[in-house]
Amino acid sequence: MSAEIFSIVTFIYGLSVILYVAAWVFKKSFLGGLATWVTVAGAAGNGAGLVFRWIESYQMGIGHAPLSNLYESLVFFSFSLAGIYLFIEFRYKMKSIGVAASPLFFLAMAYASLPKVNSGIQPLIPALQSNWLIAHVITCFLGYAAFAVAFGTSLMFLVKPVDGRPGTGIIGLIPDSDILDDLTHQMVMFGFLFLSLGIITGSVWANQAWGRYWGWDPKETWSLITWLIYASLLHARLMRGWQGKRIALLSCLGFIAVIFTYFGVNLLPGLHSYQ
Amino acid sequence: MRDKSDSGGMLDGVWRFFASVRLTVAVLLSLAVTSIIGTVIPQNMTPFLYLRSYGEGLYRVFDALDMFDMYHSWWFRFLLLILVVNIIICSINRLSATWKIIFPKTPVFPVVRLKQAKHKETWQVADSPESVKNRFLSYIAKNYRTHEVQPEKDGFLILAEKGRWTRLGVYAVHFSVLLMVLGGLIGSLLGFEGFVNIPEGESAARIRLITGNAEKDLGFLIRCNDFDISYYENGMPREYRSNISLVKDGNVLVTKDIRVNDPLRFAGVNIFQSSWGRTPGKRFKVVFTEESSGVTYESEASLGEEVQVPGDKGVLILDDFKSEFSFKGVNLGGVFIGRLALKDQEPTNVLLPVEFPRFDRMRRGEHVISVSDLAYSYYTGLQVTRDPGVPVVYVGFVLMIIGCYITFFMFHQKVCVAVIEKDGQTQVAVSGILGKNRPGMAAVAKQLSNRLKHLR
Repeated sequence: MSAEIFSIVTFIYGLSVILYVAAWVFKKSFLGGLATWVTVAGAAGNGAGLVFRWIESYQMGIGHAPLSNLYESLVFFSFSLAGIYLFIEFRYKMKSIGVAASPLFFLAMAYASLPKVNSGIQPLIPALQSNWLIAHVITCFLGYAAFAVAFGTSLMFLVKPVDGRPGTGIIGLIPDSDILDDLTHQMVMFGFLFLSLGIITGSVWANQAWGRYWGWDPKETWSLITWLIYASLLHARLMRGWQGKRIALLSCLGFIAVIFTYFGVNLLPGLHSYQ
Repeated sequence: MRDKSDSGGMLDGVWRFFASVRLTVAVLLSLAVTSIIGTVIPQNMTPFLYLRSYGEGLYRVFDALDMFDMYHSWWFRFLLLILVVNIIICSINRLSATWKIIFPKTPVFPVVRLKQAKHKETWQVADSPESVKNRFLSYIAKNYRTHEVQPEKDGFLILAEKGRWTRLGVYAVHFSVLLMVLGGLIGSLLGFEGFVNIPEGESAARIRLITGNAEKDLGFLIRCNDFDISYYENGMPREYRSNISLVKDGNVLVTKDIRVNDPLRFAGVNIFQSSWGRTPGKRFKVVFTEESSGVTYESEASLGEEVQVPGDKGVLILDDFKSEFSFKGVNLGGVFIGRLALKDQEPTNVLLPVEFPRFDRMRRGEHVISVSDLAYSYYTGLQVTRDPGVPVVYVGFVLMIIGCYITFFMFHQKVCVAVIEKDGQTQVAVSGILGKNRPGMAAVAKQLSNRLKHLR
């Protein structure tokens, strides 16, 4: 059941990418409205799928929250991204950011659909049998999702011409640089708070399962590297008044660290590598 | 600090160096970059493994730079020390300045800056300025900590502010980092971390520490009463469980089933389910099956003991047992490794997986050798730690989250509500400033003006 829902959600997210781009290029407001409602439908389906998967795991007798392997984390990542994006769209009344954000949640779902990602519901190995699992995964992925949106707004900032000319063609439709800069900063602060929460819940959990709150495991270390990069960004911004391009570049660097923390660490030995 | 310059320009320079945020950013990024090394070079392995992967020359260079235990190296600790000094000096420096802003003797509103602030919401009301005054004032009084009214030509200004104390949030974050470093220091000075393997039914008093080949006496015995593994239907492990007792002078202090995620904590010492293994029973049977006839011969055996090959054709010695063994990517489970010395032949190695009795056919010998009647005894692998720094670190965790929340999402805001009569119309303008370089004033102005518009 949940598997079919997720295939449909992947398709819907693909559709919202097309609609956001079309609304942007053709400047048609009904396309924008459609894009929003399609994305809302996709996110609702995404959330419902997670609930169904949770129920299914109980029907199989191995009940646990759907946050235990790469597949489930990707689906949840996608859900967080779509949720945060929609929140921003409603709050700032701006649809053009959807052009940068919608490919992110579509790609996360598309990656989860690849055959090499095991989509089966597996029982929890002993190390994951803890209530900290839910708190740790949710906080980490909310953080990742916020950093992903910050990455999207930073990219838009960077492709926008700097000299203040309104720009021509579709580049001219990118939101005001100030708004992008502000959004990047907001998302980085939100992400930083949740990444901190994610590292801390992971730390408390590690102390309960393995007897130490910090062990320099590659995933732990990479989450710290990510944290340090965003901490630098916040200091450069708040104390040294950095804005605009330099912040956008640091935000991109931070997101590369996020991606490596999420996926790259599987290439390294350690306790967090997905099976 | 400037008035200290007469006591020595040098000291002043050092102070300024450590008080700079440029240093903070440099140290944070240096920590980030150097931390990568330890995720690429596996840490704390045996020199033998490093020599094999890096070769003699590179090994010596890496070893000299403490690359194999880099997070405990002098240079990594030195970076942390700089960060700590940087945080302390910066906090002292800024707090002495911020203190006057947070707790001023007489609060002053920068009227001109407020009126000219970038984000402004304006609208018109039908009533005269005086008639909206009380309405606005009662809302402001309820929602802002301090406020005052200043008369203006054809109207008035309401100046208000709140959230001065939120400027302290950032110090909470920085103090939390210091607490975490302090907790880590306490742990490494007063704590320990070690491992011990205990066979079922046996006890251990000493553990092997993970640092420097040392052992530690715990002052009590850990007895493993029972060890169990259970599996899911698909073969994945479901639970590792050890029933252990702590025993002192013959008295059982405590008994508990420990699992992964469910340790035993006793008098500051924590005992975790960490690994497990099995050892073969002392006596078992070696079975020789003649390939041509299918006839079997059985012989009692034990590890390291010579076993006669049927027909006096030679001897077999089983030297070693591995509880898990992979052969060409296939997990064979428990295997015996032995030497077979047949008369008039070179001795050869044999691999005898307990669960695959026909495996030895691959050797194409006269007999297929297998092992049967093997009883295992299990041992539990426990991690034993003591870390008195944990409470300090946890206080740091809580402070970090509270501090980040205050710093990021609560503001010191000063607002100005200007109500001016102009051309027979009453104009209201809401503007304000937030703590420096903070985004979000536009949202604050919008929200406040919405509230004021809908006041009854």
